[in-house]
Amino acid sequence: MASAHAIASLDEEFEFTAETKRRLLIGIGTGVALVAIGAFLLASGVGSHETASVAQEGGAHEAGHHAYKWTNRLWANVWLNSVYFTGASVIGMFFMSYNYLAQAGWSVAFKRVSEALPAYLPIMGFVMLATYFIAGHDLFHWTNPGLYDKASPEYDPIIAGKSGFLNTPFYLTRIILYFALWYGLWRMLRNFSLQEDLHGGTEYYEKSVKFGTAFLLVFGVTSSTSAWDFIMSIDTHWFSTMFGWYTLASWHVTGLAIITLTVVTLKERGYMQWVNESHLHDLGKFMFAFTIFWTYVWFAQFMLIYYANLPEETIYYRERFTGYGGIYMTPFWVNLFLCFVAPFLILMTRDAKRTYSILKLAAWCIIIGHYFDFYVNIMPGTVGEHAGFGPMEFGMILIFACGFIWTIYSQLAKANLVPRNHPMLEESLHHDI
Amino acid sequence: MSDVHGSGKFLVGIFDDDDVVLQAVKEVKNAGVRIHEVYTPFPIHGLDIALGHPRSRLGIAAFMFALSGTLTALALTYYTEGFDWPMIVGGKNSYSPIVYVPIIFELTVLFCALGMVGTFLISNGMGPTVKPLMYDLRTTDNKFAMAIDLSKNNIVEGDIEQILKDSGAAEVNVKQF
Repeated sequence: MASAHAIASLDEEFEFTAETKRRLLIGIGTGVALVAIGAFLLASGVGSHETASVAQEGGAHEAGHHAYKWTNRLWANVWLNSVYFTGASVIGMFFMSYNYLAQAGWSVAFKRVSEALPAYLPIMGFVMLATYFIAGHDLFHWTNPGLYDKASPEYDPIIAGKSGFLNTPFYLTRIILYFALWYGLWRMLRNFSLQEDLHGGTEYYEKSVKFGTAFLLVFGVTSSTSAWDFIMSIDTHWFSTMFGWYTLASWHVTGLAIITLTVVTLKERGYMQWVNESHLHDLGKFMFAFTIFWTYVWFAQFMLIYYANLPEETIYYRERFTGYGGIYMTPFWVNLFLCFVAPFLILMTRDAKRTYSILKLAAWCIIIGHYFDFYVNIMPGTVGEHAGFGPMEFGMILIFACGFIWTIYSQLAKANLVPRNHPMLEESLHHDI
Repeated sequence: MSDVHGSGKFLVGIFDDDDVVLQAVKEVKNAGVRIHEVYTPFPIHGLDIALGHPRSRLGIAAFMFALSGTLTALALTYYTEGFDWPMIVGGKNSYSPIVYVPIIFELTVLFCALGMVGTFLISNGMGPTVKPLMYDLRTTDNKFAMAIDLSKNNIVEGDIEQILKDSGAAEVNVKQF
């Protein structure tokens, strides 16, 4: 069974057909239309809960918050999707880097898939910076200058104490630094990989190990700090020492699910026949393991806060359980169900990890579930009781997702689907567990 | 779990190479000989499939042991904190399962791990008082041994010996337990 599959040829080009492009463009167009409909509905006041629950507990959560405008929800959605897809793309680089560092051979067969993900980073970086400039004051409470002015009635000693870290110049520097480092190091690895295809030898492999390791060092710090910047700083008073890990775990399992889904989809369309059941089994194990890891970190954060019972920490869960009229209760449980219960049970048996349809089901659960993970993290602090699920949310997801797929496909089309001169390719093609 | 406690008379073919023994398994089986077991110093990919072993039920055993740990932990924490001697700690309910998730998790892992050690010892016929059946001591070093139970084969001993040698065995020994 081990090496029983016939490998026709190792030269295979992915074809990004005009039909696929047309569909993705229709997807983006539909997304834009949905966002426009959603914006129109919100601007004209349909479906808002203005009168319902302003006085709810937790509703008046951070005093001195800017007045709510319907555009807040638009920008919160942009921010939510940028954070989600930034994570999904940077994990491609993360996956490649730790495989290089561990000198792993098995993943070489589908390395081009993980290699394709980070190409979306510059767009996400640009969108994030633009969003910060346009709507930073609406999304981030800490950008309000009155908080740092002792004479102002809005003066907040706790937030003022964080001004060394949370100030606009340093914040922007960090964001630019994250994207520059992540994207720059990915470009290096990508170039080595393409050069290796042409010239062969082990020289590029050794260089890749070095730069991959450098990325892991960078990401070890920036994965945490970016989680604070992108998400935790929205709830400015609140902090959690688990938060960096928690976001990394969330991003990581999402990225793994996207890699698995892409590999299975490509295989079903007749590409990558050299990827065998053992590769898929290992990818399934990866998803299974990091599903549990995410839950572990999620629960560790929750239980410490629950047990310690400190008001400045428990407010985070209070807002999500009973705050804002309890509208975050459903996404909260949907998140837990799709990110833990479903994949945990679906992926448990050996056969499940070797069956395309079950792998795809689990991957979709994780991908959708972690959207809700970030939804529950970002929405309460930005739009509070005005959040919801309408055309705007679905449209925004469509736009970002179609853009992401477009980037992945165009990167896949740029190179041979298998890194044909990779020193560990032979090992990967005979992967058998 | 196959019958590990062999008894009676065995023919043991000794091989020098993992590829040869893997190929030999197929040839010997094709010749109509039933193989008792193959002993190797390290795992060989595809050997269990070539031998036709049924799929391991280890996963089911692991799941059952783990589940018993989960239930034990639930019962223990509920009996002590919820029923026998309820206490209020930190303003929480006297029995709140959330608090006991670490205990439930740890006992699940512990029961699973200990259960697997026990399963390993029993299924391999090992233990403090059990005398191990060694078909050839060199299988712990660099040789591969294929054991054939003569009582379960209708072929004459000399023919089996010839089949083993033809398929690449460096030597063929008789082992009596």
